[in-house]
Amino acid sequence: MGLELLADEALVLTGHYGCGKTSLAVTMAAALAKKGRAVSLIDLDIVNPYFRAADFAKQLGGMGVSVVAPVYAGSGLDVPALSARVDAALESSGTVILDAGGDDAGAAVLGRYAAKLMGRPHKMLYLFNSCRYLTSTPAACVETLKEIERAARLAADGVLNSTNLGPETTAALVRGSAAFAEETARLAGLPLMGTVVPGRLWAALADVPDKVLLDMRVALPWEGRLDNI
Amino acid sequence: MGRKFLMKGNEALAEAALRAGCRHFFGYPITPQTEVAAYMAKRMPKIGGTYLQAESEVAAINMVLGAAAAGARAMTSSSSPGISLKTEGISYIAASDLPALIVNVMRGSPGLGGIQPSQADYWQATKAPGHGDAQLLVFAPSSVQEIVDLVGRAFDLSEQYRVPAMLLADGMLGQMMEPVEFGPEAAGAQEKPWALVGTKGKRPPNVVNSLHLQPARLEEIVRERFQRYEAIKKKEVLLEQYRMEDARFAVAAYGATARIVKSAVDKAREEGIPVGLIRPITVWPFPEREIAAAAGTVEQFLCVEMSMGQMVEDVRLAVNGRRPVAFYGRTGGVVPVPAEILAEIRKMAGRA
Repeated sequence: MGLELLADEALVLTGHYGCGKTSLAVTMAAALAKKGRAVSLIDLDIVNPYFRAADFAKQLGGMGVSVVAPVYAGSGLDVPALSARVDAALESSGTVILDAGGDDAGAAVLGRYAAKLMGRPHKMLYLFNSCRYLTSTPAACVETLKEIERAARLAADGVLNSTNLGPETTAALVRGSAAFAEETARLAGLPLMGTVVPGRLWAALADVPDKVLLDMRVALPWEGRLDNI
Repeated sequence: MGRKFLMKGNEALAEAALRAGCRHFFGYPITPQTEVAAYMAKRMPKIGGTYLQAESEVAAINMVLGAAAAGARAMTSSSSPGISLKTEGISYIAASDLPALIVNVMRGSPGLGGIQPSQADYWQATKAPGHGDAQLLVFAPSSVQEIVDLVGRAFDLSEQYRVPAMLLADGMLGQMMEPVEFGPEAAGAQEKPWALVGTKGKRPPNVVNSLHLQPARLEEIVRERFQRYEAIKKKEVLLEQYRMEDARFAVAAYGATARIVKSAVDKAREEGIPVGLIRPITVWPFPEREIAAAAGTVEQFLCVEMSMGQMVEDVRLAVNGRRPVAFYGRTGGVVPVPAEILAEIRKMAGRA
């Protein structure tokens, strides 16, 4: 099973903190915009004040993605105020990607939009990263999934293997996570929708089925900002 | 060792404390350190420890005092404004010769400030962590792995010297994610014959107290404590010297800022500028001797901080007027980028 989005579909990305939701949301929004799709990216993270989808607003805006963020995102104020533009985006006919905050705490805000999401074509995916300390067993992954579903008042439609160590992710690590991913899907009773693979490992992992490309990443200040010197 | 995990600085800090045998955490939420408390809240009940969200920062630090007096490995964690609230308790803990770990994930300040990263609490941590003649052991990690490596050491040295320890991080370190490895679980708290655990009728009671009304007695106690501070200064300095072997110019920086400086140093080296980085890992004790030694060969120093210039004063004291020491800083939550620092290095090397 691959990860294809219909033109009018909403994709909800949930998971434990640091599983890679934001990087994937940003990558997918950019890729869809490049194909000429009408796409909105909704940053629903009202938990994490740093490293968020709203940080990409300018870059994505230039590519034609409509970015909707909490009113005070990135302003230095940690006020969890949501914009009415979220409703507008969910009522639009284009593709919508929702990047929720981590865990059940971050997913709680989805509950506010659950009814609206149920009323339109949507798919909620649960991303997991076996390299995260608190989701380092399939059982722990599924426990977090259940907490998220309760808080979001939405059921996940599938799980996505997003096992990574950031810049230290290797092909062997991704390949080695296959059994973990199968077991997590089995315990969750949900289909495994694919494996997130960074662009630089795409060729090395040519044989891995249902790859989902990741080519944008939340970067740190000492990474890759020297080119314009 | 072996398995690598991807962790946020704050989470790794909390897990490292648990692995170091800490079973008592008292805190109060504040951005950008809240994940420390959140992690403790999730894990402590599962391993038989105590996570307690206090009614205020003041209450939390005094709970740390109580738990430490009873011999527990106790800690609290906060961010700049919250640390200011804790300073009275920190002084009492220092004056009671109690070990404890206090974490400061610094944010923009003064006042309520902002929630983005900062290093403007250097003076508070190293010069005046509370009122009185007192010091803290202050560790300043610059990666998530180093946070993990230093937490256990902070607990151990704090107990060995009976001097409270601080882990001085910033919002960037607390919030960023990096791969980490954990060492084997530590044995936990050391033997504490002074702890208030009940006499069982077998010995005179232990007393933990910071009130001494006789000046001569108080002076004696403070002097004894300063002998321990001297031993710490001699034995416990940690620093990293990066590309300093042939350096004619040196940049001093600590914490996350040092990571950004490293990028700039590498770029400057590509341009042929012989520059290196001196990174204090303990900011108290400060690597005075090592910086004084560097002043023998280095022509000029530059200190870079996320503040208006605080550690630079310690660098100048160590250099002692022998070489010029310039400063470059960003403050208020603004994180410098490598290009800005590279420009300052070029200026120092006369290549601007």
